[in-house]
Amino acid sequence: MTQELSRSVDLASFDRRDKDWYIDKTIQFIVFLGGISAILFIIGIFAFVTKEGFGFLFEDFSFSEFFFSPWWEPTDEDEPTYGILALVAGTASVTGLAMLVAIPFSLGAAIYIGEFATGKKRESLKVLVELLAAIPSVVWGFIGLSIMNPLIIALFDVPVGLNVLNAGVILGLMAAPIMTSIAEDALKAVPDRYREAAEALGATRWQVIFKTVIPAAKNGLLGAVLLGVGRGFGETMAVLMATGHAINIPGSVFDPVRALTATIAAELGETAVGSPHYEALFTIGIFLFLITFVINLTADLIVRGVREQ
Amino acid sequence: MRTKRTLSFSIAGTVLISAMAVQASDRTIIQNKGSDTLVNVAQAWAEEYQNVKSDVAVAVSGGGSGTGIAAMINGTVDIANASRAMKVKEVTKAKSMGQNPVEHVVGYDALAVFMHGNNPNVNLSIEQLAQIYGRGGKSQHWSDVGADVPGCGSGEIVVVSRQNNSGTYAYFRKAVLKSAAKKGVISKGSFRMGTLDMHGSKDVVDLVEKTPCAIGYSGLAYATDHVKMACISKASGDSCVTPSVETASDRSYPIARPLFMYTNGKPQGEIKNYMDWILSDTGQCILLKKGYAPAHDITCN
Repeated sequence: MTQELSRSVDLASFDRRDKDWYIDKTIQFIVFLGGISAILFIIGIFAFVTKEGFGFLFEDFSFSEFFFSPWWEPTDEDEPTYGILALVAGTASVTGLAMLVAIPFSLGAAIYIGEFATGKKRESLKVLVELLAAIPSVVWGFIGLSIMNPLIIALFDVPVGLNVLNAGVILGLMAAPIMTSIAEDALKAVPDRYREAAEALGATRWQVIFKTVIPAAKNGLLGAVLLGVGRGFGETMAVLMATGHAINIPGSVFDPVRALTATIAAELGETAVGSPHYEALFTIGIFLFLITFVINLTADLIVRGVREQ
Repeated sequence: MRTKRTLSFSIAGTVLISAMAVQASDRTIIQNKGSDTLVNVAQAWAEEYQNVKSDVAVAVSGGGSGTGIAAMINGTVDIANASRAMKVKEVTKAKSMGQNPVEHVVGYDALAVFMHGNNPNVNLSIEQLAQIYGRGGKSQHWSDVGADVPGCGSGEIVVVSRQNNSGTYAYFRKAVLKSAAKKGVISKGSFRMGTLDMHGSKDVVDLVEKTPCAIGYSGLAYATDHVKMACISKASGDSCVTPSVETASDRSYPIARPLFMYTNGKPQGEIKNYMDWILSDTGQCILLKKGYAPAHDITCN
């Protein structure tokens, strides 16, 4: 009887709302806030960007001009035009070339790190790849401006080296590290028994990788590429510095172009708040947000699909 | 413990508020905002004015002509700086918001056309500039303007311009492209596709310095020894004028732009004193030292 009583007292003491209980609850709440903050921020940012761009969508916006006119002349006194076709072409061409550069690099690096390198070599390579991802984009832009520019002029005898090629290579090198990390994760997720089975059937090392591991990891690898594309669309500073920032529909990789993001970065600071130009820039922002959202969501769904298998 | 802290906070607060009150009653603060071209001069004026009238403080900030003009429209600034004139639309908007912007020309800036050091062609007419820069312009190669540039293999002209909200860009479009379009030299008074739009006056000069095929425009104050400046003529056949503070001052250089300050209504009281001082010899000599041409004839010691 006494024993039972003392036990119930103990239980009551657990339930007491003392200092520790409050600390516990507070910390739980803070962690909860941290957890949902990403969602709150993304909704907040989208609401803000939409609000700022909304005036334009209802007043000066013309669907055919916005998407099909190459002339971006928002400050013309007589007849301002807000066409983003050339800007979209610029972003797409630079991102496309960047993927051509980044895919072989990152896939090769991922295969080497994941399948061949062992021990210290593997660890140090992984650290170096992550270090590469930490280089600020303005430094990449500077490399484009002061190293790649004269190099491209000298190698190809073109009048100016700030063009699709320059920005594409720079952006490819920038996107490669993150693509390598994710591709390597995808390769690692392929169970070892696949490899063992292939080897048991007499496959060579190359055949194991090419015929077994890569097909099994293809969703993850596709996700890695899509994340690279998302990075390419969103990258601003390096693209601003290396493309030449010229409104142009490129006919070759040696033509200077201009990216959507770079246009916002270059013009927003000096635009009167609430003017049609300002709102048009935010409309570009909405457009960019939607594109990157769709790309990243697709990539995420594909990668998640891999994990669930 | 808690009461003590609250008390000390409230004391600090009171001191701060009373200090601000003292300052407000003692000094007049003039808000001055706008053009990045003018910001260095405006800053120098504000600093020097402290020695003239210590009870007037001028708060200067940059942000671009558009920012200054927007602040004038919203009535949040006493003096707006601009390297371009206010557009008709902007003046109408300001009037509808109850402001009455009054324009003052406080100096001139010669817009130099820069070319690579190798470039032998140093004479260009406004029409030739329009053919190079304008939409529908016919000059895409240096041979079209009669030049052969060593080191520029393809002979293509690399056209360097500015971002579209820069006052320099707006002035060049108006003074070169729109005026040429009026004369029928080019079809439309706007820039061609594929100009490299740099984000600052200095960036233009830097790029031209490194690119043999390039041509670019920027304020005279940004000239370096490594680039050539074109001698500009009003019409082909006219004698050309090289950009300098002198040729900008006597208006013989065809593409010199006025630099503006806008006040709300005719300036009164301390703002009038400040504007008068800026246009006096003392104020104008400070502007001259910064590499711009004064608004009127002055003597500096």
